[in-house]
Amino acid sequence: MNLRKYLVLLGVVIFGASGDALLSRGMRQVGEIQLHHWQKLIFAVVHPWVALGVLLLMAFFASYMTALSWADLTYVLPATSIGYVLLAFIAKFLLHENVSATRWVGIGLIAAGVGFVAQGPALTHHPHHEEAPPQVLSRGKA
Amino acid sequence: MRDLYAWLSIAAIVIASTTGDVLLSHAMKQIGDLGELRRRRGLLHVIARVVTTPNFLFGLLAMTFAFYSLLMALSWQDVSLVAPASASLTFIANAVAARIFLHERVDHRRWIAALLVAGGVALVAI
Repeated sequence: MNLRKYLVLLGVVIFGASGDALLSRGMRQVGEIQLHHWQKLIFAVVHPWVALGVLLLMAFFASYMTALSWADLTYVLPATSIGYVLLAFIAKFLLHENVSATRWVGIGLIAAGVGFVAQGPALTHHPHHEEAPPQVLSRGKA
Repeated sequence: MRDLYAWLSIAAIVIASTTGDVLLSHAMKQIGDLGELRRRRGLLHVIARVVTTPNFLFGLLAMTFAFYSLLMALSWQDVSLVAPASASLTFIANAVAARIFLHERVDHRRWIAALLVAGGVALVAI
């Protein structure tokens, strides 16, 4: 893991959380969409907040794919779940939503989980004889 | 009946998005470090390479299916049940699937992380 890779993970977190927040803000202005008015969904994406949200979510997807190109899925998913924490702060301070005590406990658990996984290696190495017991190795091609 | 349909679509979300994540992760490992590839061959090459990798396309298909299952689940149940249930179950399912299909070393540390995050997501979304 180097600085560039941590920046990509940070990108996954920030683009994901801010994209979701913008979508939420935009869709609240667009209003509820009933199933028989599905056409409204098409026009929703040209709403400025929603469009900006979609743009950020595309940046999220690009960073997510980049992270998966050099790190395990079981590393990337917990490591970037710190985004839920960021989203809660955005919800409280920018969208002025009420963040309950249960939510703060949940946020604490997520932060603890992120701390756990971040200490470990990012990628499982697969050398061919890694798991093989010694006697199998001695019978090997080498 | 409404609850049964909701839980069936939650199961569909979990299975589809886990399948999608595993396929996307596998596709990206096949391609290798995107940052290095971009430096050597340029951004257009990276994009072309990604969108022509079959597992990436199958992964995207699975994610689309997951999205429609989510819409379906939301039409039967409240978002406050559907979102936390599907997100936290997906965390656990991903840890199991990554171990079986991607042969990732899911050690104690990663298990605990997955469980903490799954529990945390469930509480946050309530």
